[in-house]
Formats: sequence, C-alpha cells, structure tokens
Amino acid sequence: MSSRAEPVTAASGVRKRRGLLTWVSRDGLSTFAFLLPLLLIFGTFSWFPIVRSFVMSVQHTNLVSPPTWVGLDNFATVLADPLFGKSIANTIYFALLALIFGYPIPLVLAVIMSETRRFKGLYSALAYLPVVVPPVVAVLLWKVFYKGGPNGAFNSILGNVGIGPIQWLGDAAMAMPAVVVEATWAAFGGTVIIYLAALLSVPPELYDAAEVDGASILQKIRYVTLPHMRGILFITLILQLIATAQIFTEPFLLTEGGPANATTTVLLLIYQYAFGSSLGGHFGEAAAISLMLAAFLGVFTAVYFWLTRSWSTES
Amino acid sequence: MTVKPNRAKALTMVALAVFAVSACSSSSATTAPSTAPTTAANPTTVASAAAADTHKATTITVGVLRPGATQEAVDALNAQIAQFTAKYPWITVTSVEYNWTAPTFAAQLAGGTLPTVFNIPYTDGKGLIAQHQIVNIDSRVKKLPYADKFNANVLVNGQDDKGAIWAVPYDAYGMSLTYNRTLFKQAGLDPDKPPTTWDEVKADAKIIATKIPGVAGYAEMATQNTGGWQLSTATYARGGRMEAVDAKTGAVTATVNNQQTKDALTWLKSLRWDDNSMGATFDYNWGSINADFAAGQIGMFTGGSDLYTAMVQNNALKADDYGITTIPLAADPNAGVLGGGNMAAVNVLTTEDQRDAAVDWIDFYFMNKLITQDGAVANAQALKANNQPVGVPSLPVFDKATYDQSQLWIKDYINVPVAQMTPFTSKIFSQPLVSEPRYNTQDLYAALDPVVQAVLTDKNADINALLDAANVKVQKIIDTPAS
Repeated sequence: MSSRAEPVTAASGVRKRRGLLTWVSRDGLSTFAFLLPLLLIFGTFSWFPIVRSFVMSVQHTNLVSPPTWVGLDNFATVLADPLFGKSIANTIYFALLALIFGYPIPLVLAVIMSETRRFKGLYSALAYLPVVVPPVVAVLLWKVFYKGGPNGAFNSILGNVGIGPIQWLGDAAMAMPAVVVEATWAAFGGTVIIYLAALLSVPPELYDAAEVDGASILQKIRYVTLPHMRGILFITLILQLIATAQIFTEPFLLTEGGPANATTTVLLLIYQYAFGSSLGGHFGEAAAISLMLAAFLGVFTAVYFWLTRSWSTES
Repeated sequence: MTVKPNRAKALTMVALAVFAVSACSSSSATTAPSTAPTTAANPTTVASAAAADTHKATTITVGVLRPGATQEAVDALNAQIAQFTAKYPWITVTSVEYNWTAPTFAAQLAGGTLPTVFNIPYTDGKGLIAQHQIVNIDSRVKKLPYADKFNANVLVNGQDDKGAIWAVPYDAYGMSLTYNRTLFKQAGLDPDKPPTTWDEVKADAKIIATKIPGVAGYAEMATQNTGGWQLSTATYARGGRMEAVDAKTGAVTATVNNQQTKDALTWLKSLRWDDNSMGATFDYNWGSINADFAAGQIGMFTGGSDLYTAMVQNNALKADDYGITTIPLAADPNAGVLGGGNMAAVNVLTTEDQRDAAVDWIDFYFMNKLITQDGAVANAQALKANNQPVGVPSLPVFDKATYDQSQLWIKDYINVPVAQMTPFTSKIFSQPLVSEPRYNTQDLYAALDPVVQAVLTDKNADINALLDAANVKVQKIIDTPAS
C-alpha cells in the first residue's frame, strides 16, 4: 500500500510546485502584494478588535492584569442590571423620535429643493453645512443654545414671548427630545444630498406625462417620485435605524446620559461599563453588551431585508 | 542574462512584499517599546561626567499640568524641571498634560498611555495596588530620609496590605465651602462672616439668587462621580457614613441609604425646588463648576480646600472673589470633614531606570517642598516668579509641626489672599477629618450621581426609593470580586 502511495504524493508535490509557480507568474503574488497592506490594516484595526471583543466578553479583565475566564457571567451581569433595560428603552425612544423628526424632514426638503428653479446649489450647500461642522463643535454649540437659565440662547428667544425658561437638558422629559433635535440637525444634510441625487434619476418624462394627465404636485410625488426612490428610502431607513441604535456622541457630550440616566443609551452604557470606574475592570461586561448589540443589529437587518424584499426597485 | 517579463514581475512583487513586511515590522519596532530608555541624552543636561559614568541616560514623562494651563504655569514648571535636571543631569523630563478624571484615567490606564509619573486620588490607591496597575516603589521610597515621617493615616492610602508603599501621598485636603466674596457683597451679605450652619447656607443662597438674577446661590456637582463625592461630603458633615465594616468578619456593607444622606438630599431638594436658589445648571463636574465659579456665576459650592491653584491656572479666577470656609458640621458626634488627597504613582510600563528617575522626580517635585527648607523655598520662588499661587491651604501629609514649619519657610513668598482664607484655616485643624469611603469608592460615587441628578431635575424624586436602589447597586459592586 505504501509503495503505491509514494508516487502519488510525489506527483501531487510536483503539481503543487507547478501550481505555485503558475500562481506567481500569473500575477497571484502581485495581487497578494497589493492586498497585503489592506489585509494588515483591516486585520489590525477592524477584525482583530472584533475577535478580541468576543474573547473579552467571556473574560474578567482590566487590560493590565492577566485576564480570568468567567464564561457567560458578563452576559448574566449586564442582563441583571436594571440600567441595561433602561438603556434599551432609551435607545428605542431615541430611534422613534429620530424616525419621526429625522426621516421625513430630509425627504421633504429634498423634494422642495429639487422643485426650486433658482439657487439650488446654494440651498444644497446650506443643507449640507451642518455635516461639515465637526460633531463635537456642533454638540458644544447646541449645549450653549440649550443652556437652562433665562440667558440661554433658546430661552432668551422664548423669553421674549413669555415662554420659559425651559430646562432643555436638565429635565428628564425634555432631555431626549433635545438630543434628537440636535442629532437630526447634524445629520439631515447628508441624507438630503442622497435624496437629491436619487431625485435626479427620476426620468423627467414621467413628470411631463403626469402633468399632461393633470396630476397635482402631491400626486406627482405620490405616484412618480416616491416609487422611484423606494430603494434609496429603504437603504436610508435601515442605515438610520442602525445609526440610532449606536447613538453615542450626542448624549455623551450633551447630557453624559443624565439627568438620572434619562438619556443613557446602549452605547453610553457600554462606555460607562468600560470607563465609568477609574480602575477599569468592567471591560468584559462592556464587550458582552457590544456583542449583544451587534447580534441584534445583524438579526434585525436580516429580518428587515427579508420582510421588505418586495419593496426593492427590482420587484 | 535575460529574465522573462512575468518572472521579473513576480520577483519585483516578492521584493515589494518583503519590503512591505519589513517596513511594517520596523515601524512597529520603533513605536512599541515606548518604555525603552533613550540612548541620546539631552546635551544641555549632561553636565557631570561622573554622573554620566554611573547613570544611564533616562527619559521620563510627568503629568503635572492640566490641559489648558496658562503659559505662566508652564513657565513655572519649566523652571522646576531645569532645577531638577541640574541635580539629575542624566534624566530628561518631558511634561505632558494630565488631569485625573475617572473615565479618562481608566482609558489611559488600559491603553498604556499614562505618563511615567502621574497623580491619583487617595480613593484609587487600594484598587490599583490590588490589581498591580502601578509600580511597587517601596524599596525606593524607603531610601528617602523622610520615609518614616509620613502621617500613617495618610500613607495607608498608598500602601498594600503588608505595608509596602506603591504610591506617595503628596497633598491632603479637607472639603470646604468655597464662596464668592464679591457676590456676597453684591447680595448685601458680609463676606467676612460666611455661613456656619446648613440653614445659614440655604438662607444665604436664597438671598444671592434672589438679589442677583442669573446667579446660582448654591451649586452642586453631579456628574463624573462628583455627585456621589459631594453627597458623601454632606453625609459625613451630618454624621453619616456610606459604608460599614464588620469589625469581626471584615464584611463591608453599603449604607448609602442612611438617614443623614436622606437629610442631605432633602436639604438639596429644598434649595432647588422650594427656594429656586441653585441656578439653571445641574450637570456640573469638577472642572465646569470651577469655571462657572471663577466666572462669577456661583455664590457657594462645596469642594476641596486646594481649588484656588486650579482656578488661577485654568479659569483666570480674580483673587478678590475667592472666599473659603469650613463646611458646617452637625452636632452629631460622628460628624466630620471628608478628607482626601492625591498621591504620585509610577506607570507599570517603565524600565527600572525610569522607575528610579520617577522616584527622584517625586522626591524633588512633590516632597522636598513639604519637608526641606531648600525645597520649599525653591518651589515657592519658581511659582511666585511666574505668578503662580503660593500658600494655598492644605492639610499635613506628615505631621502638623512639619506642615507649620513648611509654611514658615515660604511665608515671604505667599501671594494668595490669606485673610480671605482665614475662615477655613482658623478652624479646619480643630475639625475631625474622616477618610473617604474605603471600598470601591469611585463606583460608589458613580452609583450616587444619578440620585443627585434626580433630586436636582425631578421635583417629585423619591429620595428613599432612589437611595434604596443605589444601596443595592453599591452592595452588589462591593460583593463582586476585583479582577
């Protein structure tokens, strides 16, 4: 048996050598060389942290002392934390408000801007301007606007008509809507530009035909514009939902999750677990929540795509 | 010799790949071992050939200036660094901005980006030592001539269970009532007679808020663990404690829902909702409350007795505005002033030479001014020459006699408004000083932040329910073993 096996092995070795040389001579190595930096960078900064977070979620670690294996204890700890449920509720509330404020406004603005005949570029630039402002600067600017005393920017304006002063960020009921308004202002410019680009793809003949048929502007939007933008609307909706589930910068800088955890979102809770204690030590719990969030978003996206597959433009 | 085009291309690609890999590995080699001693000494510091023979050139980073420090503060530090390098020519000192806050410290600690020497509050000592997140510098500190002179109650914060020193206490403070003398005058109050009871604080706060629109009569920190810190201060002043330790078993019990804490929150709630004397900002942290106080937006607040330096360096405080007095203590025999302080610690990501140099720096920069006349005078001269505060009230790290002696050494250089600090300095040494909660201190403070925030932002906040929930949370943290 063995005497028959040897030639086969030798032959396969020759084939392997030939295969390698062929691969090298047919640009396989050059492809790999060009791919290598990408692999190294993505591997170091994207994939390694993802794998590391999987490992950390089953460890008790402060990133300095040797970690200890704790199995699923970190998951049990965060699931038993009353703040975990509250942060999910807060995030859903944020997503809901962001959907109400942030989803239709850019669409309406884009439609109006596409209908205007003059200064279209200027309107686009003005709409996009908030996106250009660095997020931290924008948030700190809004913090000044939201200042709770009578000399706060918004309260000064409202004070002229006898309203307020309002505790925009210092009232648990007002804080989350205030955060959403800022976040919507900061992000809507990008969505407007996407919608404007999508609107350009609608064949103008369809509008002409609709006009000949006597369609009003609302009917043109309802029967021509929106059906052609289904694909874009579908994508921006899922992107917005994912973004709202990962909201961090605005509540972190505006309210630090307060008052009394009224704006503590899931991502802020992850941050608090990781860095809330000066001694660290809760990175495992933070990784556990991160994984649960990633899993939820993955499942949610898959279900969303499955449920809404008939909405796609190809159907 | 001719080479086929495909093969030439393949060889070129191999060469490129090898180059890429070697470039990557060499770049990582230059960045990774940040702890390696530098081989090139600063030529200006190599003054002594003998020293160069016996010591390896070493570079350390020191985090003693907060972000945003004035140029004068930078100049003062540079003068001190120059004095240090004259004494230790083989050591190069690089100043980096550093400010201890709970979340940034945790990130720097985990990321390995802390300076060689950094400060930590007393509250973090035990935890960092237990987790070996700072260096055991016991043998180095024991060589210092004053090693056995530390106040034992202060030094214990930087020692492990066996008494080994891991961090060196260099300042101590008692909590105080900081008040704005200018606002007091504007409100018709006598700045030389600050309030001495919590009822008087409440009454004065209401007068200030009523007479000076837009100003908070009294303000409270509530974020980044400072809400819990200040609530503990108010609790101690009324005779309560946040933790109880069983003398026999050593078991620690959370007691944050004690009656004195409830009283403190009820008092705060009344200021906020009955008197409306707390202004409109309820998310203050240590930095922002200092900034608003220096800007004349706050009449009174409780904070450390050593805030004057930070407010001058970072917030352009007008000296005439500053007033400080002791916090009111209840008649309860357990009532006391919450005391804290800072310790110098050494980064674990260091070489043995750097650790030696770090302790030399701690000795020179933090300790000499407390224990030797030359050190005290040199420090005071450098500070005064750059318009930095000299003579800010603090508490003894060693004993009271040593503290008094050091104040005498620098009396000619004192440039802070001493008379305005008399209400504090005349009484603090007769008040009982009580250490901060010893177990999971910062976690305990963090758990109480939302409670303080709720009381300040929700008129119907249920103090009992909030404290009961916080107590459960703190107990759970105490019961969780450290990693």
